[in-house]
Formats: sequence, C-alpha cells, structure tokens
Amino acid sequence: MSGHTGEHADPVVAFESAKLGVWTFLATEVLLFGALFTAYTVFRMKYPEMFRVEHAKLDRVLGAVNTVVLITSSLMVVLGLDAIKRGKARLLEAYFGATIFLAAVFLFVKYTEYSAKFHHGLYPRTNIFFSLYFMMTGLHGIHVLLGMGVLSYVILLSRRGRLSASYYTPAEMSGLYWHFVDLVWIYLFPLLYLIG
Amino acid sequence: MAHGTGNPRRTGIAVFVALLLLTAVTVLVSYVDLGLWNVVVALLIASAKASLVALFFMHLKGESRLVWGFALFPIVFLSLILIGTLTDTMLR
Repeated sequence: MSGHTGEHADPVVAFESAKLGVWTFLATEVLLFGALFTAYTVFRMKYPEMFRVEHAKLDRVLGAVNTVVLITSSLMVVLGLDAIKRGKARLLEAYFGATIFLAAVFLFVKYTEYSAKFHHGLYPRTNIFFSLYFMMTGLHGIHVLLGMGVLSYVILLSRRGRLSASYYTPAEMSGLYWHFVDLVWIYLFPLLYLIG
Repeated sequence: MAHGTGNPRRTGIAVFVALLLLTAVTVLVSYVDLGLWNVVVALLIASAKASLVALFFMHLKGESRLVWGFALFPIVFLSLILIGTLTDTMLR
C-alpha cells in the first residue's frame, strides 16, 4: 500500500501489521455475532417462559462434549505454534492436523444434534428460540468449517517448507482466528444449552 | 516476535485444565435452580473462560497497547448496540 518494493521491508513490522489485520477482522466478527447475541437478549427478555421450556430440549451433555472438543482443539493450536517457533515443522503439521480432526468431531456432534432436533419436529421456523439456536450455531458451524480450510492451508504451506522458526506468520494468524471460534462457542454453550 | 515468558507449553496446558474445570463447574451449576443467579453465574464463568482464551491462547497478555485497543474497541461497540437496543425494546 505504501509502495514497498517487493517483499516485506521489515519482518517484525510485517508480522505486527498482519496481527492488527486479523484483530480488525475479528472486530467485525464480534459485531456479526454480537447482533445475534443482541437479538437473543431481546427475545429472551420478551419470552422468558418460552426460552425456559425450549432450551430444555437441547442436549446439554452433547453441548458440553463439544465444548471440551473445541477447548482441546485450541490447545492443539497453541502446541503447534510452539512447535514451529522451535523450528519443528512436522510437529506443527501433526498438531494442526489434530485440530482439524477435532473440528470434524465437533461438526459431527452438531450434525447428530441437528438430526435429532429435525426428527422431533424442531426446525428454525418452530419458534424464536430455535430460530436463534439454528442461526447462531449454524453461523458458528460455518466458521468451524472455514477454520478447517485455513488450518489445512497452513499445513500445506508447512509441507512445502514455507514455515520456520523465523517465519510462522500464517500459523500464528490462523491460530488467532481458531481461538476466536472457540471463544464464540464459550458464550453460545451456556446461553443456549444451560440457561434458556 | 518473541514472547519469551516461561514455558509456553506448560502455560497452555495449565490454561487448558482451567478451561475444563470451569466448563465442569458451569455444567454442574446449571442443574441447580438458582433463579436469576443461574444467568449471572453462567455469564461470569463464560467471561472468565473467554478472558483466559484471549489473554493466554491469543496472548493478549504481553501485547502492545495498540493491539489491546484493536481487541477492545468492538466490545465497546457491542455494549453500545446492546444498551441502545435494550433501552428501546424495554421502554416501548
């Protein structure tokens, strides 16, 4: 933008700029999910009894299992980043691979939950609670799916030998995004499953 | 680029264990009827977990004030949206 010639002029500046870019993107994400959390709050205050009855139809054990799955996946990202900072590219690939596997487990559990809800005739149109449930968890699920893609790309970069102890920016940035996906679920789980 | 405070693996695992414990607590508390306090406890625990993730996993702890600014400004805007919307819908 400011007319650098070719490659990044200063690696530290480039790293810090990339970080600010990701945090800016995450700011828009906070507001995207924030609009839905606002809708949740408004309708919850308007229909407290309906939320109390409907939320009990969700399986809080499956919700808790998925919480543990995502927290574990975040730890894998932390360990993967630590590995590449020590120059261990193969270890980074293994840890990020584990993250992708756990993301798939998360989505599979979500799939069984959705199937059970549909089986019992609970659809997004059923009532405002389930509209919000499917909208919020669905949007979050799309983020999990995108995260799997981004992490796969980082593994690909690593396999091609592009990442090292001195350059691991893509791994760091994908990690920030993945932790955010975990963070959103940390709020979704109690709000939808535990305190309808 | 260096975040050279302590052993990152040990910190990561300690935060991970804390997150698991807080998850267990929030699930167990949800089986006890505390009335309105259920909401308060659940949100406090969720915010404690979110803070752990942001501070250690996203390593906000140790970041510059500029990054902190970028991280906090959407939360200010979200509060404005929430407060603005609720004052409208509740006073209608």
